[in-house]
Amino acid sequence: MSSTPLDTKGEPVFYLQEDHHPENSTLLGFWIYLMSDCLIFAMLFATYAVLGRSYAAGPAPADLFDLTLVAINTAMLLFSSITYGFAMLAMEKNNKKATLGWLAITGIFGLAFLFLELYEFHHLILEGAGPDRSAFLSSFFTLVGTHGLHVTFGCIWLVTLMVQVSLHGLIPENRRRLMCLSMFWHFLDVVWIGVFSLVYLIGVVG
Amino acid sequence: MFSHLDTKSLIFGRLDLGAFPIHEPILVATFIAVALGGIAVVGALTYFRLWGYLWKEWFTSVDHKKIGIMYIVLAIIMLLRGFADALMMRTQQAIAFNGNEGIFPPHHYDQIFTAHGVIMIFFMAMPFVTGLMNFVVPLQIGARDVSFPFLNNFSFWMTAAGAALIMISLFVGEFARTGWLAYPPLSGADYSPGVGVDYYIWGLQVAGVGTTLSGINLIATIVKMRAPGMTMMKMPIFTWTSFCTNILIVASFPILTATLALLSLDRYVGTHFFTNDLGGNPMMYVNLIWIWGHPEVYILILPAFGIFSEIVATFCGKRLFGYASMVYATCVIMILSYLVWLHHFFTMGSGASVNAFFGITTMIISIPTGAKIFNWLFTMYRGRIRFEVPMLWTIGFMVTFVIGGMTGVMLAVPPADFVLHNSLFLIAHFHNVIIGGVVFGVLAGFNYWFPKAFGFRLDAFWGKMSFWFWLVGFYFAFMPLYVLGLMGVTRRVSQFEDPSLQIWFIIAAFGAFLIALGIASFIIQLIVSFMKREELRDLTGDPWNGRTLEWSTSSPPPDYNFAFTPVIHDHDSWYDMKRRGYTRPLEGFRPIHMPKNTGTGVILAGLSVALGFGLIWYMWWLAALSLVAIIVVSIVHTFNYKRDFYIPADEVVATEAERTQLLTRKA
Repeated sequence: MSSTPLDTKGEPVFYLQEDHHPENSTLLGFWIYLMSDCLIFAMLFATYAVLGRSYAAGPAPADLFDLTLVAINTAMLLFSSITYGFAMLAMEKNNKKATLGWLAITGIFGLAFLFLELYEFHHLILEGAGPDRSAFLSSFFTLVGTHGLHVTFGCIWLVTLMVQVSLHGLIPENRRRLMCLSMFWHFLDVVWIGVFSLVYLIGVVG
Repeated sequence: MFSHLDTKSLIFGRLDLGAFPIHEPILVATFIAVALGGIAVVGALTYFRLWGYLWKEWFTSVDHKKIGIMYIVLAIIMLLRGFADALMMRTQQAIAFNGNEGIFPPHHYDQIFTAHGVIMIFFMAMPFVTGLMNFVVPLQIGARDVSFPFLNNFSFWMTAAGAALIMISLFVGEFARTGWLAYPPLSGADYSPGVGVDYYIWGLQVAGVGTTLSGINLIATIVKMRAPGMTMMKMPIFTWTSFCTNILIVASFPILTATLALLSLDRYVGTHFFTNDLGGNPMMYVNLIWIWGHPEVYILILPAFGIFSEIVATFCGKRLFGYASMVYATCVIMILSYLVWLHHFFTMGSGASVNAFFGITTMIISIPTGAKIFNWLFTMYRGRIRFEVPMLWTIGFMVTFVIGGMTGVMLAVPPADFVLHNSLFLIAHFHNVIIGGVVFGVLAGFNYWFPKAFGFRLDAFWGKMSFWFWLVGFYFAFMPLYVLGLMGVTRRVSQFEDPSLQIWFIIAAFGAFLIALGIASFIIQLIVSFMKREELRDLTGDPWNGRTLEWSTSSPPPDYNFAFTPVIHDHDSWYDMKRRGYTRPLEGFRPIHMPKNTGTGVILAGLSVALGFGLIWYMWWLAALSLVAIIVVSIVHTFNYKRDFYIPADEVVATEAERTQLLTRKA
């Protein structure tokens, strides 16, 4: 992207003699994918904002949410993000064993998060506050459930990558894949901050 | 759902013999025709032993050129289906007067107009545009393929899988009777309990995955894979409009996906997003779907603007007038397209201020669009215009689109819209811009780039026949609808009371008949051109004296597109190279690094059809099995690390020597 390249005789150059290697686009492409996913969440947040007070004479957030449980749940997810960070640091140091170890811990935190979320859902449905009770509960279950579905796929992907790292080691392809999952995982963390603040905190306190 | 558990419904869900329309003579005849045609094609492929060739060279191909061509083949097939629906509607409305029920009962007629809209937008216009972008963009930016070649193949097959689900609905069960955007509460479980809306939802969801991924792919390609020297402001204008289009795709299709997901939750799980009761809000669906829907119309028209820009510059032998203003106009349209969605339902009653805001933003869009029209006119001014077929389409577009644009500005005035809302005036307006803009655009692009794809030009006589039938047919078919709309006739009506309206519908039907001749001429054009291919052969790779990089390779281009990566100095780079005495390199070839073909895309798309079918018919075992299979196949695919190979230097030398021979034959 500079001024016109010229060859030795001062004629303009119209083609490259050597191989042209465009930069790898995977991280950019994955980032764009994340933004498209972000739009799905934006849309679900907007839906919650519109319908979140349509209780249809049913229960409201303050009647339903147990902030202690949600706080523990949030802690699980935040810790999993930190441990994923440690996994990436270990990857940078080319330490395969430590990488796998931190990934396993991340996965356990992720599963704990999912377990607590399912427990909460189960509890709500038993109380008669299922997704078909009111528009508020429909949008609550869909927003939180979509996030949970993402974490589930993140966990499946995490296990896949652990197998691949243990098979092939920290080769460039696997490093790239770990980077992608890293972005995905932290992205879900950021979305959860939104869910925690807008749905749970404002729901109970506000 | 589980109250009547028995073996039959466990296996077949709600599918039973009643789902097969054996009592509808029109459908049975269609089915027989399709089945005979299908058997003939399958038989021919088997007889000529083409299955292996198709599988190896096309279905599993990750070559962006072949994928582009497959997209366009899909689009043409779906054009025929969608146009058959159009002919049926025109026939029905021309005869259903004075108590005559016409040929279709309302429940059938409603499926026809829904299918027509869905097919024409999602499975004709979208694949056509995506196909052209796929084929042309990498060539225009001097790349050897897209950023993610496997993903490209997968995207195509997902689009085809969505189309397959829509086609299955013709013979198994029914299609939606809701109109092409399936507004609730009509499309909810209470008022549309059948499978029609479910076909609609899953057909679009499966195809939507493909569309979103192909959008991501092309953005990454344009950002990362441009040849050295090609700064953003040196990109060909078609690449620019494709870039903006794909940004729109990535920034709007997720909204469609999420909106349809909420509708399906309402239908399957019993949630209350868009229901009348328990707090649901149907107007929220209308808002959400148009937040996707309005950008969607620009997704279709922007590439068409790019095609016309390339064609005008080429056939007037001039640099495009106002390149920079064209780029800025495209970007402004891209942004404004998000700020106008509410003009689709001014009658919602959101108040004067909101309606005024959206009315004004809508009118503002006509400014950058008008700038483009003037740029094309000024490019033609004092140009040496060659009236080849692509140029005819372009001029036809400029006249027609301006009329459609002006009726659009009329509809943008909220008080006028209260009168015209949902009338045939609206139908005339959007066909005016979609046919006059998008369809003319893709047909112009098809004629323009065909020689690049296949190595021979299309026959000009039948091309001109097709153009004139389409153009005249369009005016006959849609001008009467403006008149009817102003008289207050609403859309989606299958029978009429007032006999004085009939003459206008007969004129419109005549127009549709002329368009049918235009489509027939197009098919004849393909056949005649194939017969005369030696005469029409393009030896140089540059049949139109083009200006952009795709014309610097042979026609059809080799698998690797460019033996050497070009270096760019100006935005009409091939014109620049020709002008400054570029000589084609004849030695120093190296092995070329290329991606390998893979069948994973076809398999995943096939499983998605099964998943969709299972969900539509409540065959939960099939849905669960397909979903698990999709996940497993995807994971297994990631265990394959050997996805590339080298084309040996000898092969490159041989291919390039062949081209040298062709070029000397020409000289």
